[in-house]
Amino acid sequence: MLRLPCPYCGERDEPEFRFAGEPAVRPGSDVGDAVWAAYLYMRSNEKGPHREVWSHAGGCGQFFLLERDTVSHAVLRALRPGEAS
Amino acid sequence: MRRLAAGGAIDRTRPLGFIWEGRKLSGFAGDTIASALLANGIGVIGRSFKYHRPRGVYGAWTEEPNAIVDVALGARHDPNARASLVPLEAGMVVGGVNAWPNVRRDALGLIDLFHRFIPAGFYYKTFKSPSWGAFETRIRAMAGLGVMRPEPDRLLYDTRHVETDVLVVGGGAAGVAAARAAASAGLGVMLADDRAAWGGVLQAEGGVIDGMEAAAWAAAAVGEMRGATLLGRTTVFGAYDHNAFGLLEQRRDAAGGWAEERVWLVRARQVVLAAGAIERPLVFPGNDRPGIMSAAAVLQYVRHYAVLPGREVVIATNNDTAYATAAALVAAGASVTVADARPEAPGRDGLRVRAGCVPVGTGGRHGVKWVDLALRDALSNRERVRCDLLAISGGWSPSVHLHSQAGGTLRWDDAAAAFLPGVAREGWHLAGAVTGPVGLGAALGQGHAAGVAAAAALGRVVHVAPPETPARAVEAPIGAMWFVDVADRRQWIDFQNDVTLGDVALAARENYASVEHLKRYTTLGMANDQGKTSNINGIAALAAMTGRAIGEVGTTTFRPPYVPVSLGALAGMRHGRLFAPIREVPAAADHLANGAVMREYGGWRRPAAYLRIGETVAAAIAREAASVRQGVGLFDGSSLGKIEVAGPDAAAFLNVMFYNEVANLKVGRLRYCLMLRETGVVFDDGVVARLAAERYLLSPSSSHTEGVLAMLRAWQQTEFPAMRVVFHDVTAAWATFAVSGPRAGVLVGRLSSDIDIGDGALPHMAVAEGVIEGLPGRIARVSFTGERGYEISVPARHGAAMWRHLLGLGEDVTLYGIEALSVLRAEKGFILIGTDTDGMTLPADLGITAPLRNKAVDFVGKRSLLTPDALRADRRQFVGVLPEDPGFVPAVGSHAMVDGRSVGWVTTSCHSPALGRSIGLGMIEGGRGRIGETMEIFHLGKTSRAVIGEACHFDRAGERLHG
Repeated sequence: MLRLPCPYCGERDEPEFRFAGEPAVRPGSDVGDAVWAAYLYMRSNEKGPHREVWSHAGGCGQFFLLERDTVSHAVLRALRPGEAS
Repeated sequence: MRRLAAGGAIDRTRPLGFIWEGRKLSGFAGDTIASALLANGIGVIGRSFKYHRPRGVYGAWTEEPNAIVDVALGARHDPNARASLVPLEAGMVVGGVNAWPNVRRDALGLIDLFHRFIPAGFYYKTFKSPSWGAFETRIRAMAGLGVMRPEPDRLLYDTRHVETDVLVVGGGAAGVAAARAAASAGLGVMLADDRAAWGGVLQAEGGVIDGMEAAAWAAAAVGEMRGATLLGRTTVFGAYDHNAFGLLEQRRDAAGGWAEERVWLVRARQVVLAAGAIERPLVFPGNDRPGIMSAAAVLQYVRHYAVLPGREVVIATNNDTAYATAAALVAAGASVTVADARPEAPGRDGLRVRAGCVPVGTGGRHGVKWVDLALRDALSNRERVRCDLLAISGGWSPSVHLHSQAGGTLRWDDAAAAFLPGVAREGWHLAGAVTGPVGLGAALGQGHAAGVAAAAALGRVVHVAPPETPARAVEAPIGAMWFVDVADRRQWIDFQNDVTLGDVALAARENYASVEHLKRYTTLGMANDQGKTSNINGIAALAAMTGRAIGEVGTTTFRPPYVPVSLGALAGMRHGRLFAPIREVPAAADHLANGAVMREYGGWRRPAAYLRIGETVAAAIAREAASVRQGVGLFDGSSLGKIEVAGPDAAAFLNVMFYNEVANLKVGRLRYCLMLRETGVVFDDGVVARLAAERYLLSPSSSHTEGVLAMLRAWQQTEFPAMRVVFHDVTAAWATFAVSGPRAGVLVGRLSSDIDIGDGALPHMAVAEGVIEGLPGRIARVSFTGERGYEISVPARHGAAMWRHLLGLGEDVTLYGIEALSVLRAEKGFILIGTDTDGMTLPADLGITAPLRNKAVDFVGKRSLLTPDALRADRRQFVGVLPEDPGFVPAVGSHAMVDGRSVGWVTTSCHSPALGRSIGLGMIEGGRGRIGETMEIFHLGKTSRAVIGEACHFDRAGERLHG
């Protein structure tokens, strides 16, 4: 059970959150099949520092970016949408 | 009787009667079942798992591998209790497991005679021809230990969630010293120990701390801590990410405790692990007989429970700790011989010590009667020594379980002959015997230092001095001895799962050289003691067999839980009605009064059908469905999702979210729309209403409302944060009733309302807001039955009253439930998401293609509808299925077969009252091109024939909507 920082509410236990996958940039609908398939299905699944989208579904309902280490599970930082990357 | 005349922590003024295998016995308050059985001279307590060999008590606590018993008291029943862990209570009925007729005379004990033919891996090599299934039933009947009772567990369990500054695991000398220090710094401390009294092994080992008797010091130190949470009889069973812990508290003897067990989910800022160590057995031929016990356990039975398990005792050891047991036994009046495997065994007053001597064989059917001793360098030269108790010590294994679960590393230490903790996780401090063989003084010092370090990490200062204890003589180092190198390999390593040295040798010979493979192949360490006594001995044996160092072999992965945790405790209050509370519609009580059979649909309890007296459910469904087509029916649709979407950008946003065009929807109009995932797969369907220019009302499926809301939020926040639009789930705010049938307009016309329901003002797929019977409400012209239909919505708190009012508007109204609605919609070929569709269904598969052709703006899932796979001609398509036998209703899931190949399946089927025959819907490859063709329907070996047809079976022109 991870302890995650919601950028709006503060630290909360993992069951309050919902994982929403790796962030992906939505291509326009005029791209080729391979680009679209990569957007839909290909994930980097990094070992180490990794960027993920989470939503505080059981709290404020807001989505945010989380940087964490997938090996140590250390939480590096949490960013609101639009905050500096 | 083997009870000593004095001493121990038992309460001799409170005798407790209990039953053991039909015999009335007596123990005392403070006993465990194991100590009470030993006090009564009961030697055989169970049978081993595989060979059904007689087994007695070996240990005194969580390490016990043998003494598994069935314990019943009132509503409580534990079919796999460990006798060493269960406090004795008056009236307990205790019996053996895995034995028939009883543990002393077990019919399956014969199996042991055939042990030569059933070594490790026997199972995998033998029961494979013709198939595992041919043997499974009989083997399953023989396997397993205790037998569960069929009735549900009626005990209460509870859960607590807490955060703490410092969690101290273990209430022995080191743990108490750490907790005392941290508490003095003003920190919130949680101290957990699985025993009822503080002090851990101090209870049995004694000693002096700060001038007090050691156990009394522990109790006093704990009593003086301010603001601490003290959890006795509480096992920390798991360490999880970010210092989360699971604790199991036994509460049946707690004052005022109402729950049997309580699970604590703890988040700790700092952690002190003072979990101690567990003594290993010595491995030698015949080391599993009743009467062969852990030396440390014997010490506890003598000192803590005042039980003398034997009078003629041989102690076999390879380290110094067993000498404390020897001293206690001598003091209790036993005669003791020590066989010390070390050539340089320390001499002790009053003891016969045989240096360099090891046990090489034992005898005695229901209890050890003799042991053969031999010098390690002359093993064939045996000397038989009579005894009624053989206490053994093979050294100590630190309880590194939680440290390892949390990701801490281990290193093998030859001098300690143990895996010691290496690098600990952040915020962890280890103290006491978990760090290796330390004396009392060092344990106290480490404990205090751990408390100081935890306080410093939280910016606090400790205000007590370290506890002091008189210095003791330095112990001689352990002399590792992992097994006896003789031809007899029936040397038990895992007592509970009957894994011997011979099994490890076989595994090594067959190249199961990885310790994880050894574990699975031999089942070493896989019993409910999880290898607490056996793992290290098994690893050492494997190392020797494969010519590797022990550190090179390594350990198996430590995983929670440390001790078995009942599913009841883990579930807590989350079971039965509280597991996933079912939602009720506002008029639920009226439905019951109207004869409804209520069932759960997608988390809501709703009327399935309304039964008349003497009517079956099937007859009611047919009657209700037919009545709607002939007259007028009333349906409670209150559970249907309602999400309001409002804002200046509501139209633009929804136009992206829906497959269908919704921006051009006129105010006061409805449109049936699909919502897709980005993969193009149909996620939900429903009617979208435009209530005002900047205000829409969505009607997702009853069970999909939360999912649709989550999807809207995700897209708005992550992809379109600039769009000004808000969402509100108003499902529970409105009660909605559908009036449907040729006479629906007549009934609705009798309502007192300012809403004009004439076909000119309110045509099909229109909605109007107004006042209905004095209530703010809405009337929508919409239909899921194919008949003229109205949906009347009023505030939920008036729902029951409106239901009764509608019922009173006409005596010819038929109430219909979900099941009749399902028949009506199947007749019309209306899809049900998740029933007719699955995770691969695209809108074109349902025949809905216009939006992709006509919609100008991009929308969620659009690009996915243009891939080669989406455009394949042989995709499964939604069609109707008409069985050739009109009385035959094919099972949902039946395969559609063409030329002997499955080309899809039946998704919906029922008897249609309107058509007087069976009908179905299905997803069939290239289905629309096959309309009119005959196919076979295959289900569970039976085949029938059916014609592929249009999905809409009834009123294809839709004239009845306006009739």
